[in-house]
Amino acid sequence: MLNNLIFVNITRFFLLILVQVFIFNHINLFGYVNPYLYILFIIIYPFTANKSLLIFSSFLLGLFIDVFSDSGGIHAAASVFIAFIRPVILKYSFGISYEYNTIKISSKDYLKQMIYVGSMVFLHHFILFALEIFNINHFLLFLNSVLFSSIFSIVIILCTITLFSKK
Amino acid sequence: MQQILYFFIRNKNFLLFILLFSFSIFLTIQTHSYHKNKFINSSNYISGSIYSIKSSITSYFSLKKENTILLEENTRIRKKLESYKNKITNYNIDTAFVYSKYYFSYAKVINNSYSKTKNKLTINKGINDSLKTDMGVVTSKGIVGIIDNISKKYATVQSILNTNSQINAKLKNSKHFGSLIWNTVDPNIVQLIDIPRLAPVKIGDTITTGGKSTIFPEGILIGEVKDFTLTQDKNSKYLNIKLFNDMTNLEHIHIITNLDANEIINLEKETRDVK
Repeated sequence: MLNNLIFVNITRFFLLILVQVFIFNHINLFGYVNPYLYILFIIIYPFTANKSLLIFSSFLLGLFIDVFSDSGGIHAAASVFIAFIRPVILKYSFGISYEYNTIKISSKDYLKQMIYVGSMVFLHHFILFALEIFNINHFLLFLNSVLFSSIFSIVIILCTITLFSKK
Repeated sequence: MQQILYFFIRNKNFLLFILLFSFSIFLTIQTHSYHKNKFINSSNYISGSIYSIKSSITSYFSLKKENTILLEENTRIRKKLESYKNKITNYNIDTAFVYSKYYFSYAKVINNSYSKTKNKLTINKGINDSLKTDMGVVTSKGIVGIIDNISKKYATVQSILNTNSQINAKLKNSKHFGSLIWNTVDPNIVQLIDIPRLAPVKIGDTITTGGKSTIFPEGILIGEVKDFTLTQDKNSKYLNIKLFNDMTNLEHIHIITNLDANEIINLEKETRDVK
């Protein structure tokens, strides 16, 4: 059971990198909007599993995406940040009891799930674009990118969760 | 001692976070300075070979379009050749000794980005094909960018669609020159700044490279003037340039080697040192 969990997470890690690099980095809706599906790994990483491991693997995940999209360390920074802040977000979206029940994310009710995914995605995109654009002259572009990419990512991530959830 | 140890164990997640976060910020800041980013870029072995596998599959889809582009270029070059032939028939020059400062080689784009503020391309040639950093990259229609990172078999190109990019360009008719920058809005529109107020500019004028650097030869096409305004201090003009290249759809590119580059750079360095 435990081995199976590790195997599933490792496969998911590499699969999400490939899907992100080859498909979702090239969508460019309206010229600049891309969804970032790969943070799904951080979002559905088992809630009770080792937190240090999550932070480290998120760093690797972001770094891989950075290598492929030539963006320095922006994905790594944003991923590490949401991996670190995840317990706090879990607490306020699912209540204090999330640590004791090992229910999967797909079986929670939809509002809580949306708050959780929404805040994770928004925080990630905020840091990502703040580091990428890094210029006060392009503030409008920054807001636009954060808003539209967040909406796009949230929709894609929720769809993926619903699609791959076991009934 | 034990207290300190306990402190580390208790806060290990936070310390790990701070460590990794600052490392990523360091990597990010490093990319802001031009070709300092030696490790984290897509010209490395793993991502380079993965991208070239991908490109070898997807390139089949655009074969028809690429063929037409090649045909167009062939026709254009053939026309030029004919006109040269007419000129030099009387002299009977041995073409083996015609000296050219520039050497052209070709490569294929295996990864292209145009939706970010600092866009890069990856191409499938590197040190093994005697490429170096700071070489110019063009297509048959216009300029693309400058090589910035390089590995044995791959290289990344800083696209002109990059807020760090600044390329010397001029108006083809009046020879006034300025710098080519990008305001991140549209991947087919770039901006030409520092054109003097008195320079005559008309909509539709052609913009070419200025030849004031060792990277691009003079007269490589860039685009045409779409519209222009005076800057706020009324000293220079701000031109929107529509690129001849479709930057969203690049496949085959040419790399320009300036055979005199070293000589020029050394000379300039010596001149500076004397001062």
